[in-house]
Amino acid sequence: MILAKVIGTVVSSQKDQKMEGIKLLLLEKIDPVTMKGKADYVVSMDSVGAGVGEIVFYVSGSSARYTNTTEGKPTDSTIIAIVDFIEKDDAYTYQKDKQ
Amino acid sequence: MTLGIVVGTVVSSSKDEQIQGARYLLIDKCNQQGEKKGDYLVALDIVGVGPNEMVMISEGSTARETMVTKNKPIDALVVGIIDIIDENDIIVYKK
Repeated sequence: MILAKVIGTVVSSQKDQKMEGIKLLLLEKIDPVTMKGKADYVVSMDSVGAGVGEIVFYVSGSSARYTNTTEGKPTDSTIIAIVDFIEKDDAYTYQKDKQ
Repeated sequence: MTLGIVVGTVVSSSKDEQIQGARYLLIDKCNQQGEKKGDYLVALDIVGVGPNEMVMISEGSTARETMVTKNKPIDALVVGIIDIIDENDIIVYKK
């Protein structure tokens, strides 16, 4: 799974019928040490109610369809978790409420 | 499989409800000597890995091919802890 920051939302009205009713978020991959964006973006389906500004991680490929929200949907990227803490070498590099 | 060093953990309380109680490890990909590349990913741990250990990671849909991860939305799984790697009869990594 890849760590990323939710930086926006994506709206599409003309789309595949199976994409109806699914929240699409714009994610920027982040370096978990510096917490800086890597200018590498992806559109991801949201299955956990993530909001803009939050740090998440998403699953790619066929596994992206194995959540209740995205079962049978044509997605290859689904957010499966909102991150509370990232710990590296016994130090927090990210704490959700400390932002 | 990809080689990586366990450098930390990623904690999430609001995650997809299908994987309760799983431990997510922060992995820095490395070469066979254990030199880190600064290329990070999150992988599920079901073998009980300690910090700074070198591990093998399986990525993609094959990460679902275990009892615990069957039909679960994951694409990176720690499948083994590395003890020794030799290259042309020279040990390049030892736990």
